[in-house]
Amino acid sequence: MDDLKTMLTKRIALGVATLLVISILIFIGVEALPGDLAEAVLGQSATPETVAAFRKELKLDLPPVTRYFSWLQGCVQGDFGNSLANGRAVSELIGWRFANSLFLAGVTAIVAVPVAIILGILAALYRNTWFDRLISISTLSTISFPEFFVAYILIALLSVQLVVFPSISSINEQMSLFEKLHVIFLPCLTLALVVIAHMMRMTRAAIINVLTSPFIEMAELKGLKRSRIIVRHALPNALSPIINVVALNLAYLVVGVVVVEVVFVYPGLGQLLVDSVSKRDIPVVQASGLIFAMTYVTLNLLADVMAMVSNPKLRQPK
Amino acid sequence: MFKLLKQAPLSARVGLFIILLNVVAMIFAPVIAPYGETEMVGEVWAPSSKAHWLGTDQLGRDMFTRIVYGARNTIAITLCVALLSFFVGCLGGFVAATKKGWVDQALGRMVDIVMAFPTLIFALMVLSIVGTSIPVLIVVIAILDSTRVFRLTRAVAMDIEVQDFVEVARLRGEGNWWIMRHEILPNSLPPLVAEFGLRFCFVFLFISALSFLGLGLQPPMADWGGMVRENAGAITFGIFTPLWPAGAIAFLTIGVNLVVDWFLHQSSQIRRQ
Amino acid sequence: MTPLLEINDIVIEGQTGDTWKPVVKNISLNLNHGEVLGLIGESGAGKSTLGLTAMGFTRTGCRIASGSILFDGQELANASKSDLRKFCGSRISYVAQSAAASFNPAHKLVEQFAEGPVQHGLMTRQEAEEKAIDLYRRLDLPDPENIGNRYPHQVSGGQLQRAMVAMAMATEPDIIIYDEPTTALDVTTQIEVLAAIKEVTKQFNTAAIYITHDLAVVAQMANRIMVLRHGDLVEEGEARELLDNPKKEYTRQLISVRNAGKDEESKNKDPDTILKIENISASYKANVNVVENISLKVKPRKTVAVVGESGSGKTTVARIVAGLLPPHQGRIVFDGEELSRDLKSRTPDNLQRIQMIYQMPDVALNPRQRVSKILGRPLQFYLNMTGEKQENRIKELLQMVELPENYMNRYPSELSGGEKQRICIARALAAEPELVICDEVTSALDQLVAEGILKLLQRLQDELGVSYLFITHDLATVKAIADDIIVMYHGRIVEQGVKKEILEPPHHEYTELLLSSVPEMDPDWLDNLLAQRDLN
Repeated sequence: MDDLKTMLTKRIALGVATLLVISILIFIGVEALPGDLAEAVLGQSATPETVAAFRKELKLDLPPVTRYFSWLQGCVQGDFGNSLANGRAVSELIGWRFANSLFLAGVTAIVAVPVAIILGILAALYRNTWFDRLISISTLSTISFPEFFVAYILIALLSVQLVVFPSISSINEQMSLFEKLHVIFLPCLTLALVVIAHMMRMTRAAIINVLTSPFIEMAELKGLKRSRIIVRHALPNALSPIINVVALNLAYLVVGVVVVEVVFVYPGLGQLLVDSVSKRDIPVVQASGLIFAMTYVTLNLLADVMAMVSNPKLRQPK
Repeated sequence: MFKLLKQAPLSARVGLFIILLNVVAMIFAPVIAPYGETEMVGEVWAPSSKAHWLGTDQLGRDMFTRIVYGARNTIAITLCVALLSFFVGCLGGFVAATKKGWVDQALGRMVDIVMAFPTLIFALMVLSIVGTSIPVLIVVIAILDSTRVFRLTRAVAMDIEVQDFVEVARLRGEGNWWIMRHEILPNSLPPLVAEFGLRFCFVFLFISALSFLGLGLQPPMADWGGMVRENAGAITFGIFTPLWPAGAIAFLTIGVNLVVDWFLHQSSQIRRQ
Repeated sequence: MTPLLEINDIVIEGQTGDTWKPVVKNISLNLNHGEVLGLIGESGAGKSTLGLTAMGFTRTGCRIASGSILFDGQELANASKSDLRKFCGSRISYVAQSAAASFNPAHKLVEQFAEGPVQHGLMTRQEAEEKAIDLYRRLDLPDPENIGNRYPHQVSGGQLQRAMVAMAMATEPDIIIYDEPTTALDVTTQIEVLAAIKEVTKQFNTAAIYITHDLAVVAQMANRIMVLRHGDLVEEGEARELLDNPKKEYTRQLISVRNAGKDEESKNKDPDTILKIENISASYKANVNVVENISLKVKPRKTVAVVGESGSGKTTVARIVAGLLPPHQGRIVFDGEELSRDLKSRTPDNLQRIQMIYQMPDVALNPRQRVSKILGRPLQFYLNMTGEKQENRIKELLQMVELPENYMNRYPSELSGGEKQRICIARALAAEPELVICDEVTSALDQLVAEGILKLLQRLQDELGVSYLFITHDLATVKAIADDIIVMYHGRIVEQGVKKEILEPPHHEYTELLLSSVPEMDPDWLDNLLAQRDLN
């Protein structure tokens, strides 16, 4: 058990360290801005007085290390400063949109994960049949398609031709869950198609890898039923790679929402990030970047931890 | 070379044909395109006709012309990025694998951190700070992407580096450079060539996505991702103009993927023999 | 009496690319109740494929093309999967070569033991567990009551192999197929497993097919032996008869390999030493010495064999001499001059005079270089030999290792295993060395090929006067090639001296164990040995 514990502690410590380094990078990135943030934002025409006032507001007159720690402290407490574009608190802007993004990603995950795993397992079991080929062709094409291509095809079919689902997914807090689900159907489907393709491909590879192990041949030679071989012998050993695949794809999903949100004008964090980048609204970019990175790092961390815990060799001491 | 082509399965031939088509469009764009890159020649969002095979875009420019020029701009930039990323990544990977020790550790940690950060978000943040221009775009994406090349190269090189024939060379007293050049590089080519194809696809989709978000190549330059963005509004009117450039992106990516698949299959068979 | 298993005219085909080629060609085989049949052959003989067919099973990429398999009157060749399932694991079971890979890492040993009998409806879980304890005890596993509650990675290799035999025995099958069950084990461990298998097979009067490449092992186990080569049957006969009077040349060769030896005691022309290492200790991790206090001498024109089992530190000694692992203590003296401990500070001259040959010729040759480059580079590097001169020397080197000149233009993948090893030897010789370190150079090769390599090395030593530091686990090889022997155990030298002294009693305790564990052709060898060990 000690092996596992030290490995877990190490991995978690590494995750935390990564987050800290990322926060430093984000902070330094802004510092490295050519000239000064104030000048960059206010432009050439700004008078020295306005620049000075602006610097004061952003606390640019303090030394960088102090500013980093006060910024970090603020972030931990949920205070990300104010937006440059409209002066509102960043946390206020972000909170609702982040929840929306998580809602979209969450619904997609609930649909996509079981479908992808089942299809992946089936493709592995019936490998080299027409079913497997069909699946590999469709994954190849989905992987090759940019998300917006899938999205516009779906819009063209289901929104313009058939008029079943809206092409713009604007949601608000007054909507019921059912209404929300109806509105986000298309972005959800787009994301699901892309994620399922990746997950299925990786699940298939993981299962095939396990199925070629000698202990599976042994189980066959013991005269066990195919179903039992799969459930008792293949699955416990494939679990660890599959969990890893799922977590990795969830991490991908969180980032993948950015493009899809823009296509469907969905009020999520990704949309906000893209808008703020074009407006160069630095505090908002900082904050949403940090949140995206945190989610991504946490999911990757979770993937590794789960893979370690579900590995039978690691679970039992030597 | 011809023999190899003859043995290639249908899928690989289709892939090669697609790539060839795009390369031709890229090189001979001014000859092929019936109109000028930014020339407004018709009505807005005209349907396809004899004069405009794929119709016109939101400013009345010929869509076919834009797509041909788009091939030129998008693929050229993608190639620049992929090559730069490969140069940086491979060099780093080989150096890490042969030098080992603290060099390997330092490079590895740096890459870990960059990779812990989602690429798209990283790119967006950097672009928000330094602004969008073609050189910046190329360097930023190439550096982000080179982390993946680095990982693969390092892994492949490490695999080869522990083999006895490398040890033989070391025992002979050969220097690092010779070992890298004569022992490791020739053996790591097949996986690296395949990886180049995959990286090309990834970079290509990535640049298209950035352009689509309005942060990549800037108008009026023809660029497939940007063209989808500009024409996106048409789709709700039942006009499918944005599907052409989006389809062009998918088309080329599929082509490259088909060839890569064939190549991977081919080299895995050679290894088994 | 009809045989229990009757295979008639079986043809099994294997797939290479799009074509099917026969790997087992028209072989017929009978197995009676309680009889042990040995299948022997070198790699590619089709022995494992044939063994698995006895269960109606073919690996992916193989198929039964024609012929019949009658087990107790039932046809298995074209039986459905569900029919086969009734026999597999209940009346016929299988023991694989690598127990470590063939046990499922996710389940305890006893769970995997009980699975067969319970699933076939032969026992309850309770009964199966009792049976497991009984068999674990019979197979001499330590702590039979509790060992079943361990996971596969928690027990040693030899124990795991015995646990696999127990698992195969669970349903008291009519036939057990043993597929090289001791190949991956050290000789001293091999004995335990062989003894255990022999004992339980006798107790339960089980019929068995015993597959191996080692004639001496099969001599202990089998009543009858079939010799296979390239998918053909070479010869078949009662074990004693076949060993005493082999009819075919191939069988004779297989038998004689074991008896090869360095005939004459070479004269002590040069009493000085070429290599001397003194009190060497080295470690990969801090504080854990892999080898401790090693001292040895190699004389010019002589072969020193370092022998030991896995983990004895013998390969580490080779790496220290080569400079790959700098020792933290001790001296290496080569031709009167002290060598620096690490590779980087050795002079090109030092490097040139010590060359190394490896165990796996496959990975010791760069697959992307032609033979001409492989041999040409050391010539250019050490001797600055280029152009036509280099080409002529390469041809000479090829001649020395008994390969045709036109091999120059080949890639390693176009050579057989033995030919590759010859190229490796030629590459070492290209540097005109005085000492060649041979690290298990014959272990990866088939017996007959290995014998050829040993003879070549011997001839080259006589002609060129090189010294060998010969690392091996195989005592037969030692007998064949060594002048001096060093026996290592757990990182220390337990005994060293001239070959004659070491091989003749009195021995050090461990040397004794090691020497007595090497199987001999005599079919009574195992029984006698066990009887003798019981006495002591």
